[in-house]
Amino acid sequence: MNKTVKHLIRNFAFTSGLLLTVTLIVIAIAAPLLAPADPYQQDAARRLEAPSDQHPLGLDDLGRDVLSRILYGARVSLRVGFSVVILASVVGVTLGAIAGYFGGTIDVLVMRLCDILLAFPGILLAIALVAVLGPNLNNVILALATIGWVGYARLVRGQVLKVREMEYVMAAKALGAKSPRVIIRHVLPNVINPVIVMATLGLAGAILAEAALSFLGLGVQPPIPSWGAMLTAGRRYLGLANHLAIFPGAAIMLAVMGLNFLGDGLIDALDPKYRKQIG
Amino acid sequence: MTQYIIRRFLQMIPITLGIITLIFSLIHLIPGDPAASIAGEGARPEDIAQVRKALGLDQPLWKQYVTYLGNLARGDLGRSFRTNESVTKEILARYPATLQLAFGAMIVALLVAFPLGIVSAIYRGSWIDNVLRFFALVGVSMPSFWFGPLLIIAFAINLEWFPVSGREAGFKSIVLPSLTMGLALAAILTRMIRVSLAEELTQLYVTTAIAKGVTRPKAIFRHALKNALIPVITVLALQFGSLLTGAIITEQIFSWPGLGRLLIQSITTRDYPQVQASILVIALTYIMVNFISDLMYGVVDPRIKLE
Repeated sequence: MNKTVKHLIRNFAFTSGLLLTVTLIVIAIAAPLLAPADPYQQDAARRLEAPSDQHPLGLDDLGRDVLSRILYGARVSLRVGFSVVILASVVGVTLGAIAGYFGGTIDVLVMRLCDILLAFPGILLAIALVAVLGPNLNNVILALATIGWVGYARLVRGQVLKVREMEYVMAAKALGAKSPRVIIRHVLPNVINPVIVMATLGLAGAILAEAALSFLGLGVQPPIPSWGAMLTAGRRYLGLANHLAIFPGAAIMLAVMGLNFLGDGLIDALDPKYRKQIG
Repeated sequence: MTQYIIRRFLQMIPITLGIITLIFSLIHLIPGDPAASIAGEGARPEDIAQVRKALGLDQPLWKQYVTYLGNLARGDLGRSFRTNESVTKEILARYPATLQLAFGAMIVALLVAFPLGIVSAIYRGSWIDNVLRFFALVGVSMPSFWFGPLLIIAFAINLEWFPVSGREAGFKSIVLPSLTMGLALAAILTRMIRVSLAEELTQLYVTTAIAKGVTRPKAIFRHALKNALIPVITVLALQFGSLLTGAIITEQIFSWPGLGRLLIQSITTRDYPQVQASILVIALTYIMVNFISDLMYGVVDPRIKLE
């Protein structure tokens, strides 16, 4: 078996993270099969009902089944998470690779833009963007990707600067390879590991940020089941119906923890240098 | 050092200008006609025209920008749509509450992180260390908007030790918000202190000190800890900036009357001048704090030459 794979399996953080993440993905895909009820079905007469055999996690403020809404909520979380990570990493890796490989004006421009965005607290910019664009799922994705690409760009640029000077890259150039080919075939494969680690942790970050925005009322709008928005409703009924706040929060935490564990394990296996930096 | 401060300060200018430009352009990102959108659905054309004039949206873009910069230089951040008062006034009234919360969170984080981090470093690799590391990972993953309500359920509703929300009950009212906001920072700091101290403990000067008869606790606390604190202090200062943004969520949970809550309230009421000004003030504070923490690097560790 591959040494990296062996190392990963023995890593407790990685295996538990992988287990949680796979569970999350399965739940998201199979939500219609797993959910005991329609997540939109209201029953006003039974609102705020505590957990029971029929409704294991109880009913919410509109009498909807909390378990079903949490299961469907996994879809929203993952949709936002994956969309943000894909958008941010594609933009970030492309800009970072171009900036690092060509240098000069384009490098200065991209890096100054990164500086400005990094000098700005990320979630604040996301809040600002959603506030003006209007709160909905797509704008949340757009806002989070707008702040998310910077990390990838800086990471890839730094790596490209190093790889660019390697002999095999010079050899490729000497043999007449054009810039795009050199970047895609020779430079990018060398920077892919840290990008995978960053994407895994970025997925956790995006899920958390979506929940935060929805909690503030700036994210996914009702009646779509979003864990963050469910918590907002739960906060209003603290003391009366604690299950409304406890369960969606636990779902967010397990999802984020799983991805963080996974990312942490991947750091050990794929990018030991990064481990030295963060301890 | 003076040279470094001046250069670092000069570097801050384009970044600050960039942020101001970004915040200025926010209002122009509103889809469609910003004035119509701000005036709200069903607004009469004269209302829309009034909004357009009040925001200066009837002027050419460059003129709007110059006016915006000029007003900023005079400390005029605009007038609130809701109260028609200077937005600066409202911000100044809310600012202390946010700072108070940030300091509260920092104190909580320090009180938790120091003992845990030190114990973890001393017993590195043992079960205590593993338990504490797990705690740190959980702390980082625990969203404040979940931890906060859990604290409210346990300590405000069931035990009735602290108020559920607000700032009126003095010291009692800041405890739960500070705990909520301080948890993630405590987790990060615990990890930092652990790594940093564990590394110092392997240094020869510690071995030498013990060989010369210094007791182990003294070697740890008097010699190693001092050096281990250097990176920790920098992280602490850097994290203070993120506490300010963390306050946006925590203030919402506890109805804490600070800048973050003001921002969210203004967004809900579409009070754009107030939104712009709140974001600007939070962002500028963040930049200033990071600037100061950068300078602290050199002060704390004379070995680091700031160039």
